[in-house]
Amino acid sequence: MRIDYKKDFPIFQKKINGNTIVYLDNAATTHKPRKVIESIEEYNKNYNGNPHRGAHYLSMEATKVYEDSRKKVAEFIGAKNENEIVFTRNATESLNFLAYSYGLKNLKKGDEILLSITNHHSNIVPWQMVARKTGAKLVYLTSDENGQLIKEDIDNKINENTKLISISHVNNIFGTIHPVEYIIERAKLFSSTVIIDGAQSVPHLKTDVKNLDADFIVFSGHKMLASMGIGVLYGKEENLHRLDPFLFGGDMIEYVDLYDTTYDEIPNKFEAGTQNVEGALSLMVAIEYIENIGMDKIQSLEKELLSYALAKLEDKKFLKLYGVKDLNYRTGIIPFNVEDVHPHDVATILDNYNIAIRAGHHCAQPFMKHMGLNSSCRASLYFYNTFEDIDRFVEALGKVRGYLNYES
Amino acid sequence: MSLNEIYTELIRYHNKNRANKKEIKDATISERGHNPSCGDDITLYIKIDKDIIIDAGFTGSGCAISQASTSIMIDLIKDKNINEVGDILETFLKMIRKEMQDENKLDLLGDAFYLRNISNMPARVKCVVLPWHSLKVSLEKL
Repeated sequence: MRIDYKKDFPIFQKKINGNTIVYLDNAATTHKPRKVIESIEEYNKNYNGNPHRGAHYLSMEATKVYEDSRKKVAEFIGAKNENEIVFTRNATESLNFLAYSYGLKNLKKGDEILLSITNHHSNIVPWQMVARKTGAKLVYLTSDENGQLIKEDIDNKINENTKLISISHVNNIFGTIHPVEYIIERAKLFSSTVIIDGAQSVPHLKTDVKNLDADFIVFSGHKMLASMGIGVLYGKEENLHRLDPFLFGGDMIEYVDLYDTTYDEIPNKFEAGTQNVEGALSLMVAIEYIENIGMDKIQSLEKELLSYALAKLEDKKFLKLYGVKDLNYRTGIIPFNVEDVHPHDVATILDNYNIAIRAGHHCAQPFMKHMGLNSSCRASLYFYNTFEDIDRFVEALGKVRGYLNYES
Repeated sequence: MSLNEIYTELIRYHNKNRANKKEIKDATISERGHNPSCGDDITLYIKIDKDIIIDAGFTGSGCAISQASTSIMIDLIKDKNINEVGDILETFLKMIRKEMQDENKLDLLGDAFYLRNISNMPARVKCVVLPWHSLKVSLEKL
């Protein structure tokens, strides 16, 4: 018997034209459990103040909420301590931070930045800027037709010129899990710095930064039940110490003179201006909710749903399914196309049945081009989805072609 | 809006109709149009002789709405004077942006008038407008 997690999520009680929503766009953003929503209201009713600044009660309460949230994030991903956690707006901002504070400062002509063809635009475009400004060269890991990286390719492209590797742990279109452990191990041979984009992995797979031993990991709160506008940059303490601030202003300083300033300690020196305290709180409460279920359980719930869905979709002749067959190498993402029907039409037709999927190029044009796809559909799962969601999705998919005068 | 109001018989017909889907090798102008967020990507070819559009066609791929809109537009502009086409273009864009003041002018649009429903679907307006935008850029280049 599966537990009904949806009852904890107010949005799933909402009805459009008399029917509930089948939400299969979790790789884009996830929904918030009641506890997360209530915590934000509770904070604004009782604890709102500007953290780190005042000696008054509310400022101190806000500081405690903010710093407790930081501790919770550190504990969740197995960081050494909370100083290794910098709050940002999202994974994109974290990557930009690293592009400016690490990339521009440390890279030079002749250095290679190794990215993956499977990266999201947010993990490509900032590095193009860095390459242009520093003269460093961009090199891409390629993938096979399932979106999996290739060992020989990794071995060849991580070499003595590789100064920086920035790669997603899980690809956002096919849900392919990349062998980041192997990449990090190989990077150590050449002392290359490694950044892991965990936007699609931290919400779905157990993450232990000590075991993984990456230099930096970035992820977004809103893809794991928290608010939009809160993200994380994890960095090993010694790495963070070496970074200059990205944003300058209040609360990140120690002494400010007319012409010079000394900065606060990490992680504060990276957090200029008033921070998103309620966002950080929402992430803490989201993590508590996730921990209550357990990451192992979340992973197995998603795998169960994925294999149930794929079994139902496999024999549909009008569907083209993408991605690796072995479910140990992918998360709950179902990439597909409906024959003769453009993905945007598929999404519009499914939307009519209150089924939310993503269509388009998914902010990964280089990967789509590499796969020979102009655009595709993506149904992405989270643990709260149900077998009934899958049934409704499969049934509606069967009707799509009919709307455009094609045989089912 | 119901699906039958979006995917009307006219859109379904033109989406499958391949008559206008052709590259014109000796086109006077070719113009690529692209919706970066969804992947609609067409190239419009126009052949002009003495200010008359004597042939037009398109290649590329996209959703049913963008494909049908392109096909309908090509049917409409063929054998017309470019000034007349400019008028049609302006009228169509006004209709979709809901800025139409003189409803009588809508007669100019022929079948393209029936794309009016799409103006009620903010997420798909860019699909229906795509070829018309390419046409606008093409005319500006003349």
